[in-house]
Amino acid sequence: MSPAGIVGPASAGRGDASAVAAVERHAGAAASLLRVRAMLRRHGYLILKSWTRIVSMMYYPTVTMVVWAFLTLYLAPTNNFLRDAPGFFIGAVLLWDVLFRGQLGVSLTFIEELYARNLGNLFVSPLTLPEYIAGQLAMSVLRALIGVGGACLFAFLLFRYSIFSLGLPLIAFFANLLVFGWAIGLAMSGVILRLGLGAEEFAWAAIFILAPVSGVYYPVAVLPTWLQAVAWAIPSSHVFEGMRGALLQGVFRWDHFWTAAALNAGYLALGAAAFAWAMRYARDHGTLLQMGE
Amino acid sequence: MGSAAAEMGNEAASVGVHHPTASDSAIVVEDLAKSYGAVEAVKGISFTVRRGTTTALLGGNGAGKTTTLSMLLGVLTPTAGRITVLGEPMPAHRHRVLPRMNFTSPYVDLPKRLTVRENLAVFADLYGLRRPRERIAAVAADCDLDDLLTRPYGSLSAGQRTRVSLAKAVLNEPDVLLLDEPTASLDPDIGDRMRTYLERYQRRSGCTMLLASHHMGEVERMCDDVIMLREGRVVDQGSPRALIARYGRETMEEVFLDIARGRVGERVPGSAAEETTA
Repeated sequence: MSPAGIVGPASAGRGDASAVAAVERHAGAAASLLRVRAMLRRHGYLILKSWTRIVSMMYYPTVTMVVWAFLTLYLAPTNNFLRDAPGFFIGAVLLWDVLFRGQLGVSLTFIEELYARNLGNLFVSPLTLPEYIAGQLAMSVLRALIGVGGACLFAFLLFRYSIFSLGLPLIAFFANLLVFGWAIGLAMSGVILRLGLGAEEFAWAAIFILAPVSGVYYPVAVLPTWLQAVAWAIPSSHVFEGMRGALLQGVFRWDHFWTAAALNAGYLALGAAAFAWAMRYARDHGTLLQMGE
Repeated sequence: MGSAAAEMGNEAASVGVHHPTASDSAIVVEDLAKSYGAVEAVKGISFTVRRGTTTALLGGNGAGKTTTLSMLLGVLTPTAGRITVLGEPMPAHRHRVLPRMNFTSPYVDLPKRLTVRENLAVFADLYGLRRPRERIAAVAADCDLDDLLTRPYGSLSAGQRTRVSLAKAVLNEPDVLLLDEPTASLDPDIGDRMRTYLERYQRRSGCTMLLASHHMGEVERMCDDVIMLREGRVVDQGSPRALIARYGRETMEEVFLDIARGRVGERVPGSAAEETTA
């Protein structure tokens, strides 16, 4: 720091309030939007200038898609179901990854702050919890689009399968899975905030407990009766039943769509409440400034 | 004034400590307490910080400095007591006050993969700054960061990072700046430049600074008032000169040791304080 670069005349009187308002600030909704943009910039810079991060986001969904695509190629000649719906497994795996990326997008955005020891800086700024969450959700959309978008591109290039063949229902499936991912991601962020970075593994593993009951690759009807009750209580099973309806019968199941949407509203509220509770706990126990690697 | 100090017979007026009114106080703390289960980190402290002054919050490790700063910033919920910053109750109205506050602390860091400019741009948005580019250019010039703006924060030396943290802390030109050990880990040259910058920044902006530090030379040089904490209580307060006189010592370092080692209220025979109160 060079003395020559120091601002202002040294002779100015102490407590000279006339100089205070030199920096102009936005207020109200404009300031709120800027704070959400700040979170997007903070994580956008990190992702968009790192090709390794972008590749790693596409890597897992693409490899999984390739495995299921080859399995389809192997089984299709002898399997009527796959002959009728050759893109079934590929579509299923891509949509499952929307849920996974949606959840990871929220959780990893939070974990990044812990690794950077930046949480304290963020929450002594005017950033509010809803603004922070809005930033997390927006980053989740970006991560899902990059990760699943890359896999969709490879599905088309390698196997001539286009997820867009699902038509407009795709938007409904995508939105419902993404929102369910947000709910789980927020809850996992709360768990990590409460338990510390040692609980990071939950963020990676939480979603997999839902896979068996989500009916991704098989109908919910094949589950034991008691497990079907569990399945129908989670939005993803309704989405994948809806996907089967669109692919096999060519119909959009509004009943499943609305049930998934209603369940999502509840789960999202629960996820946000869990995160808000963990934030209150952190404020009570002084962990906001201390959490990190 | 701190109740503990009053109990110990340290009449503020006799050592020239200013009695602030609500209007000229940037920070008012009343009976503030924080407990973690059975552990009482802060035990009902009270103090005020006058607008446009620099006040040191001193004490040994575990005295309650960082806990107090955290409560002032609204990231730690008090167990009891009241905090008013710039006329607003904290933490209830923290979102009204936080745009006009900022802080630096060794307990937090900035994202290492982002460049210095990107980090400052993020915080310019967080503080809702108009014309962020101009403001970033100005603080970069002030903190001698021009050559570092395009470098990742993680590639900087400790001294450079401290300058970036300082730039972040003054980016919004805060009315209240909380500094937790701002010159820790800096070499004497950089530390001195940082103090000079902070002093001039304050003179220019009229900012109120509350400083937690273990560097007593820094405290003597920069601070108008000192609040001494020990085991979560305010045990004494006054200007550095008044405290040195009261304890009959030559430096704040010696005063600090007296207080940290429990020699609070003891008067050194023949000291200025003895003469004043005799």
